[in-house]
Amino acid sequence: MIGVNDSNESRGNFAGIQPLLRFEDVHKTFGRNAVLRGVTLDVMPHTVVVCVGASGSGKSTLLRCANLLETVSDGRIFLNGEDISDPRRDQDTVRRKIGIVFQSFNLFPHMTVLDNVTLSLRKVVGMRRIDADARGMELLRRIGIESKARVYPDRLSGGQQQRVAIVRAIASDPELLLLDEITSALDPQLVGEVLDLVRELKSTRATILMATHEMSFARSAADEIVFLHNGVIEESGPPEKMFGAPEKETTRAFLERFD
Amino acid sequence: MPSAIELDRRAYRRKQSVRSALLSCVSLIVFAAAVWLALARSEGWTRVRETFFSPRYFIESLPVVLQGLMTNLRVLASAVAGVAVLATLIALTRTTISPVLFPLRALATVYTDVFRGMPMIIVLYLIGFGIPGLRIFGRIDSTLLGTIAVILVYSAYVAEVIRAGIEAVHPSQRAAARSLGLSHSQTMRIIVLPQAVRKMVPALMNDFVAMQKDVGLVSVLGAIDAVRSAQIMVAKSYNFTPYVASGLLFILMSLPFIHLTDWYAARLKRREQAGGAV
Repeated sequence: MIGVNDSNESRGNFAGIQPLLRFEDVHKTFGRNAVLRGVTLDVMPHTVVVCVGASGSGKSTLLRCANLLETVSDGRIFLNGEDISDPRRDQDTVRRKIGIVFQSFNLFPHMTVLDNVTLSLRKVVGMRRIDADARGMELLRRIGIESKARVYPDRLSGGQQQRVAIVRAIASDPELLLLDEITSALDPQLVGEVLDLVRELKSTRATILMATHEMSFARSAADEIVFLHNGVIEESGPPEKMFGAPEKETTRAFLERFD
Repeated sequence: MPSAIELDRRAYRRKQSVRSALLSCVSLIVFAAAVWLALARSEGWTRVRETFFSPRYFIESLPVVLQGLMTNLRVLASAVAGVAVLATLIALTRTTISPVLFPLRALATVYTDVFRGMPMIIVLYLIGFGIPGLRIFGRIDSTLLGTIAVILVYSAYVAEVIRAGIEAVHPSQRAAARSLGLSHSQTMRIIVLPQAVRKMVPALMNDFVAMQKDVGLVSVLGAIDAVRSAQIMVAKSYNFTPYVASGLLFILMSLPFIHLTDWYAARLKRREQAGGAV
């Protein structure tokens, strides 16, 4: 669904292709607390990049910086080669190109499920309600809850709410999808249905940057795993390398606990 | 058919509730008797009863005071409309971020500080005697001046209720809206305000109840309302029963709404405990 084009590079070979998202020596401090201390990272088109790391390692902050919910303290962030950390750039335009899903769903409780999904189509894209509703119903059908289109979000299970939040984020076809610990607030038996949806998005060649604690998912679905430790990238690489033969002792010690 | 154990538990609970109902009755009777005795045995009771609770003066004053109350109702209706407009404007001004609007923002802050701090009666005097003193508008009806003063004071309170309601909407809702690409004003209008209104209804209802009685203060400017009518009768007869009559009418006027407020608050509480809609 997201930014499907005809580039047919094999995984890991991106010579000459521009990253969709690039962090360049990004720093973020809250008061005296340095959360990100120089992160440089490329997210290539049509890849799934998974950030792992202990709580407080800076995963969420990195994602929130990417769609400008947080202002970086230093360094730059590029989307399609354009510096989006430049305060002179219109933030609303940038955010339109980036979808984000949060740990706590953040559906709008005063709107029906369908209205949640179609909000950006109606108010940002400027689609007519009838067209937006058709597209919204199509998305709800995809996640199998079109029968709940007219109910309010509090009638849905956590897993259903989070899947609605995901289709809400992709409704207006953003180029990049950020997933911020989207399964952390869910009961274990609901995690699977949400992760299955992410796998499906991957199969439609979406570009995804996500933070998660679901190691088995990271291992099977990620194109690249990024291990954040104390606000810097300790090590990164494809899952086979990160889980099979990590270079750093800290990486091995962290990932070992999930095996 | 419930089990024997459950039947036994129900019988016990029934017995307990009958017992507590009886106890409340006895306690109430004893308490009322004590108050009555204390009053009746006090030295000046006969005179107080005659001066404040005279049936003759009560019946005589009731129609006059009731007519005055119509003035209060008119003031209340205009003031509610005025407060709704002014308070919303002030609250929205205080939540803007544009640098161009800084003077308005500062003004709104000063406004709420001043009018929440100043005693209502001082505002009434300043408006009631200050504005006519300017001699711009000719003669102004004292009821109108009183209404303006009530609007000025209550707008400051209500503006803060509205602002608090806006700020009580969780920031994550704003983050979700902005990340969908909605602008600041769209986020405010479509996401924040509808949720804020639900949060502020109990506080707004409470302010309305307070306003219902404070409209009686327009009498200090000479408006012939319920309080002023009572005052005139008292001045003629030296009997204070008209004041009691007017107080009673104010209570009657506010009772329906007070109970509506209680009912609404209880409903909100039930919904929250049921984990239902916001």
